Amino acid sequence: MTTQPPPVVQNSGQVLPAGHEPANLGDILERVLDRGIVIAGDIRVSLLDIELLTLKLRLVIASVDTARQIGIDWWEHDPWLSSRARPPVEPGPRDPEQVEAERRPRVARRAARREERDEFDG
Amino acid sequence: MSSTADVLPATGPARPGCGVWLHGVTRDVDPALLATTRGMDGAAVRAVRAAGLVAVVSAAPLCEYGEEALRRNLEDLAWLERAARTHHAVVAALSRAAAVVPARLATVHHDDTRVAGQLTARRVELTAVLDRLTGHDEWGVKGYVVPGATPRTAEPAGSGGAGAAYLRRRRAQLTARDEGQRIAADAALSVHEALAGHAVAARRHPPQDRRLSGASTAMVLNGAYLVGQGAVAGFRRLVDSLAGRHPELRLELTGPWPPYSFAEERPAGPALAVREPAC
Repeated sequence: MTTQPPPVVQNSGQVLPAGHEPANLGDILERVLDRGIVIAGDIRVSLLDIELLTLKLRLVIASVDTARQIGIDWWEHDPWLSSRARPPVEPGPRDPEQVEAERRPRVARRAARREERDEFDG
Repeated sequence: MSSTADVLPATGPARPGCGVWLHGVTRDVDPALLATTRGMDGAAVRAVRAAGLVAVVSAAPLCEYGEEALRRNLEDLAWLERAARTHHAVVAALSRAAAVVPARLATVHHDDTRVAGQLTARRVELTAVLDRLTGHDEWGVKGYVVPGATPRTAEPAGSGGAGAAYLRRRRAQLTARDEGQRIAADAALSVHEALAGHAVAARRHPPQDRRLSGASTAMVLNGAYLVGQGAVAGFRRLVDSLAGRHPELRLELTGPWPPYSFAEERPAGPALAVREPAC
């Protein structure tokens, strides 16, 4: 088992438009854990357990460097596995600029109201 | 010739203290291939035959693959990687030789008789899937957003102070980003539909997270396509031409894969488009 695993995927070598990326562990895990035929085995590590596994893995790997290499969190996108499923394109975290931009009109309105009050008082 | 588990070519029935790990189901398998393919325990894989089908299995020592141990080990990333790669290597070797229905990871039975029982019980379904898969491979096409490839909206002109100008500019940026995402999503859909048109079946999987894909930009297409072995050259050309037509996406082709995405007779999810084989 310590022997070099055979080339698992004959990558097309036609990665487009440039570069050559061999089959990565993520691609393999995605397939063997999530696809393939389900046949009820006697050892009950059923699909349900695998769901639990992935959820647990998410916790386990959250702080581990391996997570960056392996990045096993495709379930984040899978409504079946996660309530945090996101749309295909992740907008990313709110950037401070955006927060600031949204804040500005409110600040401006408050300032305007203050001015009105000041005029009234004065 | 009985129809039960009557052929046990390599190491015989499951050894005591060992479960039987199922790699996949096929119609027939070359003994030479079995002899040179290593299973979960590092020894050669075996065939369990029943109902005109062959289950390719390997011994899974229960101390490692029993219920408790498996539950624990599946959460060990190093173990999981080794198990996933070993299982996948067997499935891939089988798939290179003939049509195979890949089993999901960690399908373990007590003994060969139980495996044979599954073959018999699910013969109709398995046979239908094998018929559908014969002569086909799975190809993966992933599409990543190419930053800056989407059109920039012109900077809007307008009066007002620096604050107003900033807000206008910011709004334009956000609109451009939404627009960019919409354009990428549209491109992914049209690429998928074009590829599906060249495949006998197609599926869109959830896009992988960036940490999983290792890519610097978002994945918007994670497609799987079941392509006839005679149609691969055309499929490659199509990927090429789609890449040229959609500079807003970077396309990546992987394969051939064993048909993991097409192993279920009636795969879940509405995204699946199964069509009659073209030829």
